Amino acid sequence: MKFGVVTFPGSNCDYDAFRAITDVLGEEATYLWHKDHDLQGSDVIILPGGFSYGDYLRAGAIARFSPIMQEVAAHAKAGGPVIGICNGFQIACEAGLLPGALMRNAHLQFVSAEIRVRVENADTMFTNLYERGEILRIPIAHGDGRYVAPPEVLHELETEGRVVFRYADASGAITADANPNGSEQNIAGIISAGGNVLGMMPHPERACSPLLGSSDGVRLLESILTRVAA
Amino acid sequence: MSKFRIAVHITPRKGLLDPQGNAVKGALQTLGFKAVKDVHVGRYIIVEADAHDALAAEDAVSDMCNKLLANPVTEDFEIESAVPA
Repeated sequence: MKFGVVTFPGSNCDYDAFRAITDVLGEEATYLWHKDHDLQGSDVIILPGGFSYGDYLRAGAIARFSPIMQEVAAHAKAGGPVIGICNGFQIACEAGLLPGALMRNAHLQFVSAEIRVRVENADTMFTNLYERGEILRIPIAHGDGRYVAPPEVLHELETEGRVVFRYADASGAITADANPNGSEQNIAGIISAGGNVLGMMPHPERACSPLLGSSDGVRLLESILTRVAA
Repeated sequence: MSKFRIAVHITPRKGLLDPQGNAVKGALQTLGFKAVKDVHVGRYIIVEADAHDALAAEDAVSDMCNKLLANPVTEDFEIESAVPA
């Protein structure tokens, strides 16, 4: 399977994602330049973390208009898998691939830390190798990660099982203390109505090896293989 | 066509947590400005554009706000009257 990793000016996790796919997953990966119009036959698109366009205006607001995003949107519309990680999640929201928005962390601090998320839905193409309720250790590194959405959208996400990851403490409890940025209902990751676009603030590509302190992100990538290849 | 200057105020949507505004409010109160009840921090954007008249210029900026300058989920915007640039 071929993964396309989009590089925007200011992306800084594209290399991490590339290496996670090639070295850990053993699959093919290619960089997709933001000015191109060609997904180069990629089956899965990754919008990586970083500070695309310096986060000017709002995080992700300008990247959304990069030429490659037209193809990414078409890929998503056709049911193709797209993963937006951190800045990629912000871009996916700005592009309308996912509902809601990511605002400045409630405490105004940039947080770079390993946190825990609870798997809320293990029946998605991105999480089918996890158990529902499982606690994962995955790093975050962001200043604008507070997920917000209108009440009716939050209700829709909750009732449709589209909240995939929630910030939790070590015992799995969803508490204010475990919420690193003030996200509504501790939301760390969501999927689109079609289930093929995942947005998450934590970085699974940085949790792909014992050397990095956690391997909990590996099964996210492997889940895609089992589902898409099937 | 003439050239117009249109200014836009973009502010966090009322009711949403505005940590930046709260931080500034706290600092002002610490400084002794006890009368301060609320502060909101937003953006001020100036657009210069060609348009047939002021109204058309304002309409165009409104469109720009909906599509890019403001986030419809989290922000409100207010457009000032267009003036000749």
